[in-house]
Amino acid sequence: MIENRPLLNVISHLVLLFGIAIVALPIWITFVAATHDPIRMTQAPIPILPGSYFWENFVQTLFGSGLSGTETVPVWRMLANSLTMAMMIAIGKITISLLSAFAIVYFKFPFRMGFFWLIFITLMLPVEVRILPTFEVVANLGLLNSYWGLSIPLIASATATFMFRQVFLTIPDEMLESARIDGAGPLRFFWDILIPLSRTNIAALFVILFIYGWNQYLWPLLITTDSDMTTIVMSIKQMLQAAEQSPQWNIIMMTALLAMIPPVFVVIAMQRLFVQGLTETDK
Amino acid sequence: MAAIILENLVKSYGEVEVLHHVKGEITDGELIVIVGPSGCGKSTLLRMIAGLEKITAGEISIGGKMVNNLEPADRDIAMVFQNYALYPHMSVRQNMAYGLKIRKIPKDEIEQRVNEAAEILGISQYLDRKPRQLSGGQRQRVAMGRAIVRKPQVFLFDEPLSNLDAKLRVQMRLEIRKLQKRLNVTSIYVTHDQVEAMTLGDRLMVLNGGVVEQFGTPIELYDHPETIFVAGFIGSPSMNFIPAECANGAITLSNGAKMPGGAHANGSVTLGLRPEHLTPDANGPIRVVVQMFEHLGANTLMHGTLDETNVDVVASLPGHVSADAGSVMTFSASAENMHIFDTETGKRVVK
Repeated sequence: MIENRPLLNVISHLVLLFGIAIVALPIWITFVAATHDPIRMTQAPIPILPGSYFWENFVQTLFGSGLSGTETVPVWRMLANSLTMAMMIAIGKITISLLSAFAIVYFKFPFRMGFFWLIFITLMLPVEVRILPTFEVVANLGLLNSYWGLSIPLIASATATFMFRQVFLTIPDEMLESARIDGAGPLRFFWDILIPLSRTNIAALFVILFIYGWNQYLWPLLITTDSDMTTIVMSIKQMLQAAEQSPQWNIIMMTALLAMIPPVFVVIAMQRLFVQGLTETDK
Repeated sequence: MAAIILENLVKSYGEVEVLHHVKGEITDGELIVIVGPSGCGKSTLLRMIAGLEKITAGEISIGGKMVNNLEPADRDIAMVFQNYALYPHMSVRQNMAYGLKIRKIPKDEIEQRVNEAAEILGISQYLDRKPRQLSGGQRQRVAMGRAIVRKPQVFLFDEPLSNLDAKLRVQMRLEIRKLQKRLNVTSIYVTHDQVEAMTLGDRLMVLNGGVVEQFGTPIELYDHPETIFVAGFIGSPSMNFIPAECANGAITLSNGAKMPGGAHANGSVTLGLRPEHLTPDANGPIRVVVQMFEHLGANTLMHGTLDETNVDVVASLPGHVSADAGSVMTFSASAENMHIFDTETGKRVVK
């Protein structure tokens, strides 16, 4: 739709600017808060313009012990924990979903659709619903305070399985037949044909799942007691409650800022593939 | 290079039998066209030979070896699909080399074979492109190239030209024919287009409802169709069928006209006359009420109905002819161009 009406242009720009302001304002305040010293942050009104303590706050947050007066691990360690957990969840989910979708679409076995619906039903059982039994299992396996314990219970994924199933169903049967005549066995077909053909979908899913993993709060809170295993998202909350003193907003906001960087980076780096993967239907 | 023998092939899906005891022998180097209307089971038959469909009963042997239980890859065949089925993420070269790579053929030999096949098909300059950067005709060539590099015993073609435009189809048809003769590889070609079938095949297998109606050379099928179905399917425009009575060897059309010649039959028969075998003749026995003309340039198609009936009759007349709609034209046909079929069984009646 191409229209040339100046008034309409002005209005649509205003609407867009308003939307951007709503989204961007909290991020701006986070950034500003991260550049002031702790004393300024306790005074009202909160500052609107950046201060001059960015570098000090940055170094103290990332490499120091975080909040002054408490003994938490440095934020780089939390970032590393979160990154490991998010990567394990994203990669694990994608691997398992690819394999199970491959089995469901390309193999005939008894109760095939039964299994598919069983997987599908788990959509109704997110971690929060099954948290006690899952905790029990993980504890009995001795996985508390470990990366495996953090990621494995979150790996099984009905959404991703379902999505890959739909992707595989759009790949014409002739592709499989052609590969069979070429002499490719099932795994060869999976590796040489299916994976490259679902490349964009894998990328799109990776972005979504990485952010899902990164944002996990409840589960890490439950199974990590060792401060070495703290993830960044849960630590922000803990910082707020730390000690009896008033919250050190400059450090907390710097941590929040740092916590935002990896997901943003993943989205920007994979943007092109991400959009293709979610919109492209043509194989 | 191999002969193929089909022995009483049956295919059923559950209770429904879709192919009924198909038989046929294909000699080495022959190009066989399986032709029939959609849903007649021709693709199923081809896919059974390829090993993509299970065989319910019967036997297929290729080069003297029973292949019923062999995987497609072990049957030494290559197949060209209707939508080409090229791997979209691989270059033309990789597409053609994929089957060879899996068979662990040495790299330099793969390279040589791919280049050779590309040369034959005139796609050498596209080897590093992706399939989506090629036109339909070029994709078609790549699909054929993928079959050629394998040097199989048998080529299988599943309606490979149906996605091309009319002009390209005629051109590719000739190319397939030349290529097949040059490589001298036994080939089976499935199509629903009878013109394609007539021009390509050394022999045609006409399938209808899962039954082989006739298996013979194009000329045999044209001159001596064994059933009404074959008679109507082969030839364009298709044959006229006129209900008639046969008594004591003499044939009487449904409007009372007497035809020359005769047949060893009694009772109701169907007289088949090809449009091109109707010759205008002022004293001819076949009176046709003219409805309209189609002028094709070299010849003219006259559409009408048999006088006093509503049986459609088409005549192909040389040059330019015209007459008023509603007027009557008379035709004659020689006895050897008359095909007589038993109306009930649809089978040809011996004259």
